[in-house]
Amino acid sequence: MIETPLALPVTAAKVSLFRRLLTHPTGAASLLVLFLVALASALAPILATHDPNTANLQDVLAKAGSEHVLGADSAGRDVFSRLLFAGQFSLAGALVALAVALVLGVTAGLIAGYYGGWFDAVSSWLTGLMMALPGMVVLLAARAVVGPSMWLSMMIFGVMLSPAFFRLVYASVTAVRNELYVDAARVSGLSDFRIIGRHILTVVRAPVIIQSAMVLGIAIAIQAGLEFLGLGDLNIPTWGSMLNDGFINIFKSPTLVLWPALIIGLVCIALTLLANAMRDELERSRGPVKKSRKAAATAAIADAAGAAEKRGAAAVVHPDEPGADKSELLLEVTDLGVGYDQPDGSTTHVVNHVNLTVRRGEVHGLVGESGSGKTQTAFSILRLLPQGGRITGGSIFFEGKDLAHLSEKDMTKVRGKRIAYIPQEPMSNLDGAFTIGSQLMEPMRVCLGISKTEARKRALALLAKVGIPNPERTFNAYPHQISGGMAQRVLIAGAVSCEPDLLIADEPTTALDVTVQAEVLNLLRELQDELNMGVILVTHNFGVVADLCDRVSVMQSGRVVETGPVRAIFNGARHPYTRQLLDAILEDTAPRGQYNPAGTTAEPQELKGVAS
Amino acid sequence: MYRFVLRRLFSGVLLLFVITTVAYLLLYAGGGDIARRIVGPTASDAQVALKASQLGLDRPLVVQYWDWLTNALTGDLGRSWFNGQLVSAGVSSRLSVTISLVLGAVLIAAVISVVIGVWAAVRRGWVDRVVQFVGVLGFAIPGFLIALGLVSLFALNLKWFKATGYVPMTTSFGGWAATVTLPIIALSIGCIAAVVQQVRGSLIDALRQDYVRTLRARGLSFNRVVYKHVLRNAGGPALAVLAVQFIGLLGGAVIVEQIFALPGLGQITVAATGQGDIPVVMGVVVATAAIVVAVNLIIDLAQGWLNPKVRLS
Repeated sequence: MIETPLALPVTAAKVSLFRRLLTHPTGAASLLVLFLVALASALAPILATHDPNTANLQDVLAKAGSEHVLGADSAGRDVFSRLLFAGQFSLAGALVALAVALVLGVTAGLIAGYYGGWFDAVSSWLTGLMMALPGMVVLLAARAVVGPSMWLSMMIFGVMLSPAFFRLVYASVTAVRNELYVDAARVSGLSDFRIIGRHILTVVRAPVIIQSAMVLGIAIAIQAGLEFLGLGDLNIPTWGSMLNDGFINIFKSPTLVLWPALIIGLVCIALTLLANAMRDELERSRGPVKKSRKAAATAAIADAAGAAEKRGAAAVVHPDEPGADKSELLLEVTDLGVGYDQPDGSTTHVVNHVNLTVRRGEVHGLVGESGSGKTQTAFSILRLLPQGGRITGGSIFFEGKDLAHLSEKDMTKVRGKRIAYIPQEPMSNLDGAFTIGSQLMEPMRVCLGISKTEARKRALALLAKVGIPNPERTFNAYPHQISGGMAQRVLIAGAVSCEPDLLIADEPTTALDVTVQAEVLNLLRELQDELNMGVILVTHNFGVVADLCDRVSVMQSGRVVETGPVRAIFNGARHPYTRQLLDAILEDTAPRGQYNPAGTTAEPQELKGVAS
Repeated sequence: MYRFVLRRLFSGVLLLFVITTVAYLLLYAGGGDIARRIVGPTASDAQVALKASQLGLDRPLVVQYWDWLTNALTGDLGRSWFNGQLVSAGVSSRLSVTISLVLGAVLIAAVISVVIGVWAAVRRGWVDRVVQFVGVLGFAIPGFLIALGLVSLFALNLKWFKATGYVPMTTSFGGWAATVTLPIIALSIGCIAAVVQQVRGSLIDALRQDYVRTLRARGLSFNRVVYKHVLRNAGGPALAVLAVQFIGLLGGAVIVEQIFALPGLGQITVAATGQGDIPVVMGVVVATAAIVVAVNLIIDLAQGWLNPKVRLS
């Protein structure tokens, strides 16, 4: 019947909401329209040129002119005067409905939300019942019993609308009931009555005001509808009954229906826009919007990147060891830049002048702190940067093609089949609506063009290969039915399902238990060996680098600061940042001497905890 | 899965029972007044009493209700007090008109909302802002005003459609389509406005999920991921809004049927309401409640299909 906006801001209006609305374009316009309509209705006895109910046979359906400004209706009554007086009744009727809905809904919501118990159960059940039938049908049924009184109808409709307030207040109250400041008030001996008045009403006030505007609009619309059906009180003028008269005579006098339709539409639109404007203003007043972790990290990189740009330090490059593997160059990233377009038109650079190479069969580690640009670099190779992000410069050559300038259609062919990706957080990277099996089969069928039975066979084999004990069962399971370690194995199986040449693994073990981490790393090494893939391994952990990588690049503030064979970096790191990172590994290093609680209790994992 | 369906079915039947019971008790509580209104204010008390006993209104309310309920279970909803017609026949003959209108509007709204919602959520920028603003307008303007506007523009001025009348689908599909096009458009606009907002909102949330990137990294195209995976995940809240809209449209259809002179449930409802023909009004309440229960059941099942967690809980 009516939607309950559950996601309303739960904040009290601090600066006068009314004053702020005057500066909001649609808010101010809506207020003006409503004010003028209300004023005209209130001043109806002064402004009206005729009595609204006096019929005059000579003026039946008279055209607009000097006698009747807007013409006359089918009973010869003056349309302009009727519109003004109808405003009084229509607005008053809607206000009656609003008042009933407010009193019932807010009171019941406060009691049910604050005390809970049987009242909560009963009122929640009643609200569900009331919202089950369309309001119009209930009103018509009620009208059959109580007769054509507009006031009674509007009171009944008020009851029907009360769930709109009940749900809102109930949700807000249950949210704050257990807040500490409410507890504190209770402990300090304030009565429930005072607590509700002081602490809880202030929380629900703003959303209730917004909802009131919506409810008023709905009440005006439904009342007009009821009167339009000819079921209203014939003795009082309302916009709905004027609409009815106009519609009956639409062939004889087409403008008759126009005026009430216009005013009903205008008032309803104004009320809805007003509600939206209030919501805008209240949301804006919630203070600085909390940045998401990602956005905050990105901003931090941006600042740091700006500083690094000025320094312009070149990366420390360690030469290849003599006799190093010289197999085919798979990926060559040159001078890569990644930036995010800001709302003000500027671009925030998060990756600057990055160079990176991966040979076939080589594991290249990408290390650095959170927000150093490792993940951004990885995503740009896949061309899957988050919204707003784009490659601002450089090239990404993969098998002779520059991925940075490939069309989206060609890029889709590269992903999965040639370059694959293992994400960091296993659970959120599986689609909860589909079974594990179907998520494994779908990309294989698209990329390799194989049949469903073939894909099924391969998926089961893959699950067995990544060490899942009962492939059949996992194949038929939904993601929420398996553990995180299992999910990561499934994701690895998915990544290698089309036998890619290059694998990009974004901290594949960070979200896992320590024991599972080792198993997953072993699995990765085995698969890399078997398929002879090139791998880019994004990680925080130098232990993982030492374990798996052939080559490593250290990133800081969106740049590569040091790069070279793993042994060279571990033995002769020259960049101070690399040394810092290496020092952070506590294994095999001397104790720090003096007791230092922060230092000695720190484990390598703690560094990993700050995932980007 | 069977338990899930059975539980929903049971709660639906319970809701139907409660609604009809409450409605019956409220509608028939007037007892003597009802008889008075039928025979008119000038009738003698004896005439009123006679009418009341003819209609069985002089019996205790509980007895009347039991009688009604046992008959209703066999499909007999009594007879109209004014023309003696069987209520069940009167209601069911008109039900198909109303259902075809509302169902048509909801289906069209669902398809259009998904297309526009996806468009706004994926493109963002000015497309998104325009969709949002038009959505607010579509939501704010009462459906019957839209219906009036459509009638005067397309039927009376341009004469593309007939303003009134109804051709059953079984007689001529083309004729039926011509008579229901404008009413369905009128009903669906508000519905589209509400559902688009929901589709857009939950789609924007779902697009931010990690699995979107992972699936694309496996070589699935953006459109495939959006239409197969993201939409399915965003579909739950949108379906819930669609269900609320469906219920609202049953009310909106009453007025729209009146404007287009369609022989639907709205027509007998308005007539019965005007006369105080309680058995017919009761029949309409039963029919409406049954539709609502059925729609809720279908939506629940669809939710279960969309989201495996719903199914298992």
